[in-house]
Amino acid sequence: MLSLLAGAPALPLDEAGKYVAGAYVVFLVLIVVYVAIMAGKLQRMERELRELAGFAESRTNGAAAGSDREEVSADV
Amino acid sequence: MYGKGLRPLSIATVVAIAAALSLVFFYAPLDADQGFIQKIFYLHVPLAITALIGFVVGGVFAIFHLRSGDRRWDAWSYVCIHMSVIFGVAVLITGSIWAKASWGHWWVWDEPTLVSFLIVFLMYATYYPFRYAIEDPERQARYASVFAVTAGAFVPLNFMAVRMAQSLVHPRTFGTANGGLPGSMMLTFLVCLAAVALLWLTLIKLELTAKSTSGQLKRLRRALDAPPRGAGSSRIAPEVS
Repeated sequence: MLSLLAGAPALPLDEAGKYVAGAYVVFLVLIVVYVAIMAGKLQRMERELRELAGFAESRTNGAAAGSDREEVSADV
Repeated sequence: MYGKGLRPLSIATVVAIAAALSLVFFYAPLDADQGFIQKIFYLHVPLAITALIGFVVGGVFAIFHLRSGDRRWDAWSYVCIHMSVIFGVAVLITGSIWAKASWGHWWVWDEPTLVSFLIVFLMYATYYPFRYAIEDPERQARYASVFAVTAGAFVPLNFMAVRMAQSLVHPRTFGTANGGLPGSMMLTFLVCLAAVALLWLTLIKLELTAKSTSGQLKRLRRALDAPPRGAGSSRIAPEVS
């Protein structure tokens, strides 16, 4: 690839250059926007998962505390 | 489940895109007729081919869904069509830029290739309102699959109709009558096509992974929302912000 690049012709930056750059930049922007939207969704899911994990944890702790109370009352 | 193999696929995509861009700008010779502007061809045509094949693949997955009733095929069909619509936007924009540079017009209405692609694109743009106008998920998936099959069958028919139409404006790049592409250009084009196809596949896997994860989160929320055995109500939705 390196020898290939070394023998490559120079880029002609004439009138056509801005159109070619425009086409490739449009494509890049579309992909970046899509990836940004997906990143937003991922963040939302991560937040939701954290909340659900917290809720599950608190529920487990509550159930454990309840069973402790039941054991204590049974002892008394 | 869908995320399996996403990382190597992403790496392969990045490598393929880097190789494709290197070949486009440092290896492929300048076109004798169009000069530097022809470099758009290596982006525009692979995008168009991938988008059109993606529509057909979406139709094939829709057939699998209709035959089996498995909603996973519907998800594949939806994501294929969704990604192809996004690629279709890129095709239309890059095509317009190329048309402006080559022909002096952003759009040419008497050119069958352009107009037929626009028709296909607009047809698939109606897929979203059509799908989401139906509330019942089962009916939504079934009707969307019927649409995907019908529209997917229309794509090759449309392509053949355009090929048979006689036009002198839009170039027939792969025609053998005038010699077709030289070897170095063909190699560059094939690498670009592989890179764009890999990108399409990677984005599809990414979208499916996100959808699957989102579905699992909903199921988890429902499971946690259900009252535990022997306990009172524990609805979490209002409390969890």
